[in-house]
Amino acid sequence: MATPIVVDSHPLDAILRADRIPHIWCPGCGIGIAMRCYAQAILDSGIPLDNHVVVSGIGCSGRVAGYMKIDSYHTTHGRAIPFAIGLKLANPNLAITVFSGDGDLAAIGGNHLIHAARRNVDISVICVNNFNYGMTGGQLGPTTPFGARTSTTPYGSPEFPFNFPYLLAASGANFVARWTTIHVRHLKRDILYMFGKPGFSFVEVLAPCPVGFGKLNYIAEGLDEMLLYKERCVIADGIPLDELGIDLRADQPIYVGRFVDRDLPPYKPVRLEDIK
Amino acid sequence: MTSTGVLVGKHFYQGDEACAEGAIAAGCRFFGGYPITPSTEIAERLARRFPEVGGVFIQMEDEMGSMAAILGASAAGARAMTATSGPGFSLMMENIGLAVMMELPCVVVNVQRGSPSTGLPTLPGQSDVMQARWGTHGDFALAAFSPWSPQEMFDLTVHAFNVADRYRVPVLLMADEVVGHMVERVVVPPEDQIPKWERKRPDPKRKDSFKPFLAEDPDLVPPLAHAGEGYRVHFTGLTHDEQGYPEMDAEIHHRLVTRLVEKISHNAEKIVRTEDHFMEDARIVVIAYGSTARSARRAVKDARREGVPVGFLRLVSLWPFPIKQFREIADQVDAFIVAEMNLGQMALEVERHVRRPVTGVYHAGGAMMPPDRILEAIREVANRGDTHRR
Repeated sequence: MATPIVVDSHPLDAILRADRIPHIWCPGCGIGIAMRCYAQAILDSGIPLDNHVVVSGIGCSGRVAGYMKIDSYHTTHGRAIPFAIGLKLANPNLAITVFSGDGDLAAIGGNHLIHAARRNVDISVICVNNFNYGMTGGQLGPTTPFGARTSTTPYGSPEFPFNFPYLLAASGANFVARWTTIHVRHLKRDILYMFGKPGFSFVEVLAPCPVGFGKLNYIAEGLDEMLLYKERCVIADGIPLDELGIDLRADQPIYVGRFVDRDLPPYKPVRLEDIK
Repeated sequence: MTSTGVLVGKHFYQGDEACAEGAIAAGCRFFGGYPITPSTEIAERLARRFPEVGGVFIQMEDEMGSMAAILGASAAGARAMTATSGPGFSLMMENIGLAVMMELPCVVVNVQRGSPSTGLPTLPGQSDVMQARWGTHGDFALAAFSPWSPQEMFDLTVHAFNVADRYRVPVLLMADEVVGHMVERVVVPPEDQIPKWERKRPDPKRKDSFKPFLAEDPDLVPPLAHAGEGYRVHFTGLTHDEQGYPEMDAEIHHRLVTRLVEKISHNAEKIVRTEDHFMEDARIVVIAYGSTARSARRAVKDARREGVPVGFLRLVSLWPFPIKQFREIADQVDAFIVAEMNLGQMALEVERHVRRPVTGVYHAGGAMMPPDRILEAIREVANRGDTHRR
């Protein structure tokens, strides 16, 4: 029998609230991987830790704010982005990251998402997309693929999901990428890139939710979904945005990569001296 | 204009403009809002004035976003404000609750119009005063003021910021369309005469042991650390312990919510404002607030000319309710009359605190209360001395 290895420190101790661990997430959940990438990007950023701020809404991904040992604001459902806008405009020296889920950001917070992208406010958004509302037990979300079963679509979803990159590109974001929880190096690289990118930047992270979503859709374990990503993901940076829809059940590729990287002028509050 | 942009001197301001100038004088430098009649002139004036004074004006996509944005700005250290009317006020309730729970200071102006729903967008009302007290879900306490003139739109905006910062609480300025659109003389005092109550701030020497929700002082208000100062704080709308960490525990929840309520009720004397006239010989007291108080004062003067011993008490603050002031006068008088532009809201509160008959003079809104209706009620109460309700 192997001897257990006891560790008394972790490479991310400087940036995680160890006193809040264990976290609330289920076995097989992908949010921890996305948080790990965010934490590593912060440490690699060269931006003082005291200048990093994380803002989240409600849901499983929204709990990330409670585990990061930086200034962290766990706000109301859907309102992380406008709260972040207030922080950023009141103190432009802060590096503001919104870390939240697809339901929080695209359903109840959908209006704030598109308007923040339209204004091109200088914040970074990490959106964990697990295709359902996980915290409340696996209901239909704005990203649930057509036909997928959830606890509120027991006969299969009759709705079409959002295509995040298409939506964000049309709304005016400066940077839009999509990765999955197997693409940890790409994900960390792009989060780091977003810190330095002026304007609104957004990365979608496809993540397994075996307990909420997978079990009803024949992806029973987190590992099964990771293998599915491995088999079907295709890095396709320049692909037409309208082809980026996702259907986990269908035997078709899941496109990942960087889809928008442009330099539209970021939002700037009006100052008289700039006009005169 | 002074270096900080305060327009010291005598002006002829609309109430909404005076509110905007009060915000600038109070040091407010962030406004997030959404246009809505009859409050829009506040946003319009700040959109023009903030670029002159280094403030941030942003027009948000809706009132939920406006409320969230001012809380974010407040968390970063700014004095922040939004302005709205009934329909927008309803949408702000969500994050007014977050402001209570995170103890983030902010000022919300509601220039009330006829309600419910879309109601009377261009005409006055006072029917949101109970929503101000109980609108967001849960037990909580906050402060709300009711200006009756453009001068008070200025003065009470300054006071609202001071109360918000001092007690880490959302403060509501419950104006009405008449006061918001009325134009009158407004005196902007020199800056050294504008009161400034500071936010209580943490001791940088105790950074490592700082607990952002530990209230060590008798006033029950914890010091506020801003984003970016190195305290590595966690703020959440969830029930939390003194460190700010979420806790699913009945005892911690009870302790937190009780403190949030008591930090206002225990400090009520410093927050509350009332104004009274002709109280020396009063047997009847007329209670009113906002524009209705202007009608009430006129009615009281007319009744006194007729020889009726009637006094006048104006609620400058609505919440916390001036319980102490009412208990003091309740034993000296026979009856109360409450005049308000709703179907009897603050009258309920008056009834709760006085053991005397309370007569209401109510109108659902849409026009300023005519003084004659109040005068008529004074005569009836004086003649019959009963509890007749109108």
